[in-house]
Amino acid sequence: MKILVVGLNHKTAGVDVRERLAFNGPKLEEGVFGLKKVQEIKEVALLSTCNRVEIYTCVGNCNSGAENVKQFLSTFHGIGRCDFEKALYVHTGAQAIRHVFRVAASLDSMVVGEPQILGQLKDAFDFALARKTTGILLNQLMKKAISTAKRVRTETRIAENAVSISFAAVELARKIFTELAGKSFMLMGAGEMAELAARHLVNNGVTEVMVVNRTYERGCELASEFNGKAVRFENFLQELVHTDIIICSTGAPSYVLRKDQMQKVMKERKHRPVFIIDISVPRNIDPGINKIENVYLYDVDDLQEVVDTNVMERQKEADKAEMIITEEVEKFIRWVASLDSVPTIVALRQKAEEIKGEELEKFRTKFPDLDEKKMKAIEYLATSLMNKLIHPPTAALKDDSEDRDELIAMIKKLYGLNGDEHEE
Amino acid sequence: MGTILFELALTSYFTATIISIYEIFRGMKEASRLMLITAGVGFAIHSASIVSRYLEAGHLPITSMHEASSFFAWCVVLIFFFLELRYKIGIMGSFIMPIVFLLMLSSSVLPREIRPLSPVLQSYWLGIHTFLAFLGNAAFAVAFGVGIMYLLQEHYLKAKRTHGLFKRLPSLQVLDEINYKLITLGFPLLTLAIITGALWAENAWGSYWRWDPKETWSLITWFIYALVLHIRLTAGWRGKKAAILSIIGFVVVLFTFFGVNLTLKSLHTFS
Repeated sequence: MKILVVGLNHKTAGVDVRERLAFNGPKLEEGVFGLKKVQEIKEVALLSTCNRVEIYTCVGNCNSGAENVKQFLSTFHGIGRCDFEKALYVHTGAQAIRHVFRVAASLDSMVVGEPQILGQLKDAFDFALARKTTGILLNQLMKKAISTAKRVRTETRIAENAVSISFAAVELARKIFTELAGKSFMLMGAGEMAELAARHLVNNGVTEVMVVNRTYERGCELASEFNGKAVRFENFLQELVHTDIIICSTGAPSYVLRKDQMQKVMKERKHRPVFIIDISVPRNIDPGINKIENVYLYDVDDLQEVVDTNVMERQKEADKAEMIITEEVEKFIRWVASLDSVPTIVALRQKAEEIKGEELEKFRTKFPDLDEKKMKAIEYLATSLMNKLIHPPTAALKDDSEDRDELIAMIKKLYGLNGDEHEE
Repeated sequence: MGTILFELALTSYFTATIISIYEIFRGMKEASRLMLITAGVGFAIHSASIVSRYLEAGHLPITSMHEASSFFAWCVVLIFFFLELRYKIGIMGSFIMPIVFLLMLSSSVLPREIRPLSPVLQSYWLGIHTFLAFLGNAAFAVAFGVGIMYLLQEHYLKAKRTHGLFKRLPSLQVLDEINYKLITLGFPLLTLAIITGALWAENAWGSYWRWDPKETWSLITWFIYALVLHIRLTAGWRGKKAAILSIIGFVVVLFTFFGVNLTLKSLHTFS
């Protein structure tokens, strides 16, 4: 039995192909059951997310297995094979195991280290498990994929760095204030990015929200969304005295906050730290403000730089994660190999028992006068000889050695175990 | 026995310091843990060495420069571990252990013989006065380390350098809070040390204050930290300014401790 993965993701296929091959809603159940019926497939699980469609299977033969899966996809979704075949990747054996582990550890994701994929993978396997389409191999593969992903999470800092502008803003705010709970926040102006950053701050515990807008009514509207209060534009300086975090995106053509104004504000607030994010282009806040003590001003380029640095850090951590995965893949391969040797051990014992039976039978025919007691002693001797003879090869097969595959082949050849007990 | 224990403690602190410096540059979680374990082992051995010397000398071992430096280092580690238990900032060790090691190193090169206690020192004030002074100074030593951490983190935030050590240093708020707490701990201890010292002086020499260099420098130290607390409360001198002042304060503490003893003639000069 071999593990086979057939799939496509955001790197290999555009969204047009991904959406046509997706298994949404009831299609997922139909898909899993349909695949289970496909020839060659012994076990199956199906992962379908917005970024990837992957079919995890256990097959007797990888080539025909992969062909059958492709054909199934084509028929099931009613798409010509030529329309999606180029986007597909096919992984088998060790490569397939590595792929699943990398997916679980979020090394194959669009944003490396984002945690959702592990949950989606767990759901996909639970779904298959509940429908009994998986077996010993895929279940163990999933268990190992989850534990490897967890190991990656604890042993590397892969998910510790924010890789979006709004999360970077939260991360920076935490480096100034520790906890955002109890902190007051002012949103100046509106705009998608500013709103998103505001939402992240509120989700991370910022309690007091003020919204300043040129149009007071729009300000009120936005404030109600955050359970905050609207502040008239002409009054915002007074409110700044009580504000710890400011996100500015007013779209004004010039500075709305100058250094001298901020200096006064800081004096009034007894120099308690302020974190200002200026997302507007052109900038709305005098960059010189960053020189004032206890004021930390970041513009959109600064935030982008933080994000870029974090992406690089994640890449470094991803390299460490790859090493962990290599280690775990090797362990898993050893486990799979140990499964391979079981049928050979059984066959070897059967063969030995057969020979013993046949020889004892011949002996009995040759010497019919032997009494039962003596016959029992001879039988005992034969069993003992047989056990002693098959013990070394059995022990070698059980042993966790690297050349187990060769060993299995050799023992099969030496003892003439050519039955189909061992599927390859 | 005391000597062996002292050497072992010195070795442990040296190891912890090397690991803590490695931790600054490499940023490994394991290094932080290892540093804490090594420092913890060092602290246990160090405590045993102080007890052993106490038993040998028959009085609190803080009457020679060797003993005083060692006891100073012990107080710094004590406060560090208290903070570590409360805040769990492993990287703090990287800024404290080098101070501990340098104090121990200076202790190790100073004469170690146990001299009989002069009559004036044979008083219960010896324990009270010196313990208060050392604990206060140790709080300032840790505040110094935390002040450096603050300045570094502040620099990273202003310069927008957000990788490496930036990630591992705690927030400015936490560092400022620890710094403030340490000074509010050290200041009353130093005040009490000065008061008990004055009472003892009156008892021993008949006058509360003699403008002895050590007394003068202690007063300067006291004024610096009083200033730190005062302008923090009135003018909001927090954060960077408070960190700089706590660094200056500790430099004065060091001068009061080493400089006065080694360069100026003082009644406080240790044998």
